Amino acid sequence: MPRINSPEDLEKVRQEILAARDPGRPCISICAGTGCLASGAGEVIAAFKAEIEKQDLQAEVNTRETGCPGFCERGPVVVIYPEEICYLQVRPEDVPEIVSAVKEKKVVERLVYVDPATGEKAILEADIPFYKHQVRNLIGSNIRIDPKRIEDYLAIGGYSALARVLFRMSAGEVLSEVKKSNLRGRGGGGFPTGRKWEESRNAPDPIKYVIVNADEGDPGAFMDRALLEGNPHSTLEGLTIGAYAVGAREGYIYVRQEYPLAVENVIIAIKQAEERGLLGKDILGSGFDFTVKVHKGAGAFVCGESSALMTALEGRAGEPRPKYIHTAVKGVWDHPSVLNNVETWANVPLIINKGAGWFMQFGTERSKGTKIFSLVGKITNTGLVEVPMGIALRDVIYKIGGGIPGGKRFKAVQTGGPSGGCIPESLLDLEVGFDELSRAGSMMGSGGMIVMDEDTCMVDVARYFLNFLTDESCGKCVPCREGIRQMLKLLDNIVKGKGKEGDIELLEALSETAIDASLCALGKTAPNPFLSTLKYFREEYEAHIRQKRCPALSCKELIAYHIEPEKCRACMICAKQCPVNAIAGGKNLIHVIDQEKCTKCGTCFEVCPARFGAVRKLSGEPVPAPIPEDARAVSRKGKET
Amino acid sequence: MDIGKIDKIIDRHGGGSDSLIQVLLEIQSENHWLPGEALGRVGERLRVPLTRIRHIATFYKAFSLVPKGRHEIHVCMGTACHVRGAQRVLDTVQDLTGIRPGETGLDLKYSLETVNCVGCCALGPVLEIDGKTHGKMGPAKAAAVLKNME
Repeated sequence: MPRINSPEDLEKVRQEILAARDPGRPCISICAGTGCLASGAGEVIAAFKAEIEKQDLQAEVNTRETGCPGFCERGPVVVIYPEEICYLQVRPEDVPEIVSAVKEKKVVERLVYVDPATGEKAILEADIPFYKHQVRNLIGSNIRIDPKRIEDYLAIGGYSALARVLFRMSAGEVLSEVKKSNLRGRGGGGFPTGRKWEESRNAPDPIKYVIVNADEGDPGAFMDRALLEGNPHSTLEGLTIGAYAVGAREGYIYVRQEYPLAVENVIIAIKQAEERGLLGKDILGSGFDFTVKVHKGAGAFVCGESSALMTALEGRAGEPRPKYIHTAVKGVWDHPSVLNNVETWANVPLIINKGAGWFMQFGTERSKGTKIFSLVGKITNTGLVEVPMGIALRDVIYKIGGGIPGGKRFKAVQTGGPSGGCIPESLLDLEVGFDELSRAGSMMGSGGMIVMDEDTCMVDVARYFLNFLTDESCGKCVPCREGIRQMLKLLDNIVKGKGKEGDIELLEALSETAIDASLCALGKTAPNPFLSTLKYFREEYEAHIRQKRCPALSCKELIAYHIEPEKCRACMICAKQCPVNAIAGGKNLIHVIDQEKCTKCGTCFEVCPARFGAVRKLSGEPVPAPIPEDARAVSRKGKET
Repeated sequence: MDIGKIDKIIDRHGGGSDSLIQVLLEIQSENHWLPGEALGRVGERLRVPLTRIRHIATFYKAFSLVPKGRHEIHVCMGTACHVRGAQRVLDTVQDLTGIRPGETGLDLKYSLETVNCVGCCALGPVLEIDGKTHGKMGPAKAAAVLKNME
């Protein structure tokens, strides 16, 4: 591949790439992100390639393996260009029909989106309600490019922001544009990005570093993975612009090894950018040198914390240090280091190209731009959604997310990962922003939104996060290491029905110590899941402690399964599927659960046909005695005659 | 593990002590665990004391100091999977394999680990066996998946 040596050269290459493409030629884009691959996208891609060859259409139809468009719920997602027809949940056996339809410029009606509420079909991607209410500045490019081909990124205007910065802006001008945009860190804290850059730039040490934090450790959050996997060059371009602004010559991408596809794509992207002269020595002939190394994270949640991440980069165990001196001044090997997460870096080229003013039209007074959230849990449309800051939580959950499946009731939404909290139904009209969420006792975090319905026990949710954090605490400081462990012990007892009066107060006292005395944000925010669930769902804690009852019928030790004899139709389904053979009964004999043998796995509850609904969960009340054996015969009305 | 192989990995990463984690990750991915001789060799070549290597090998989740079974089972315990019933899936897998998270069976058939989110939340609860994702799991489905393993 020829090197690009000037901004004019870059523009020429872009025009050449575009000229070689026929905009009217059909292109079949298949999502090859982790989510869709897990749903079988690999087989679909292979089927498309085989079918196109079979129908001898190689010269007429293109295929493209793209990054994640966000609608994971209905993966594998296939989009046909130039019309942008969107097919969902495509199986290999659907492929011949799609290819024929592409050839004849028709639509395969049965594979397009159907609104579950109205029954209306949405043929184009933009018409699907899930996408319609989003503002997809960042993630929207994912489906337009193959992340393994730099040409695709160049074709959509990639690296033009870098060219502008290197040739038409001074480092100070870049910095002031980013400062003006009021971009705040997307990784959790929401620290103003421009201020962080400025601090590093002003530090006297001449050796500086810029770092991408792609150690996305929050369970239930995967937006950074989607960006890095689907559009690695946008992060690289942002990072290079940042390096120019602060005066760094070296950069790192810290990406967790649990994201193998992101690692692969970012390594390919770096190689291609170097070959093209967009990274490395004398970038675009400007005289600016910048190299990037990839460091794979070996799996430690605490390494998402800036000082811990930098310690890990040095090849040591990632333990945080006190930050009286910011890492922007003293970071990796004690040199000034700017650390931002993937989404923050990916915003930078957009701000440079379109201006701070453009960026600021999205969002609220203090939270600008758009934010990607991963909307997961008990929600109809699981996936990644990009929305302007300030949108109401209700709109995200109902308009985009499609509400709660199975006719269940919404209970809470958890934001901010293990450091965040739960927001109840009464606050659903809250605007999504850094400060708004903090005031409600939660936080923005990196953007996980886990929706919970009436079947989710809030005490168990708090226990879950403290269990996670006990495991992930690095152990360096006592309030975190010991405090969280004691909190977990108390919560473990409560969900097992062994809680006692005074436990809540003790938990509150432990929370106070952990918040005040922990070294890093992991410990300081660890009590949040407990405190926020206590604030909004105190009655659930009290029911567990006083009545030994789990109102959500979820805590295993506090519930029992019971088959209601008058509803059971002796169909044998539950008895056959019970993994421990705890269900007695036979043909025409009402089934009875042996409470001694039952492991409370819930299989019987799930498999009992909805028209019978005979299996019931009980909590806080005794299980009715099994009906006597001679009364178990089922009479089948209508069949006897 | 062959010393020559380890040396090659170390050379690929430049031989500096800052490459320690990357070297260990590569040995782990090739060998599936970190044998004592390998750690010794890495310490010698990178000039890092064994205490620090063991600190790292026990600090990070990716490393194992014991051999792994033929099949590696990962049960996702991410929040999205958790609220959809991942614990019940884990309980079933534990009952059927007789091992707990972090353990390997004596017959070396299975190793069981819990992981915090594999990012396939739409498919939750998720079970991953030897890198293959099995989605929308419940106790009965998980049992069926395990039944088919050799």
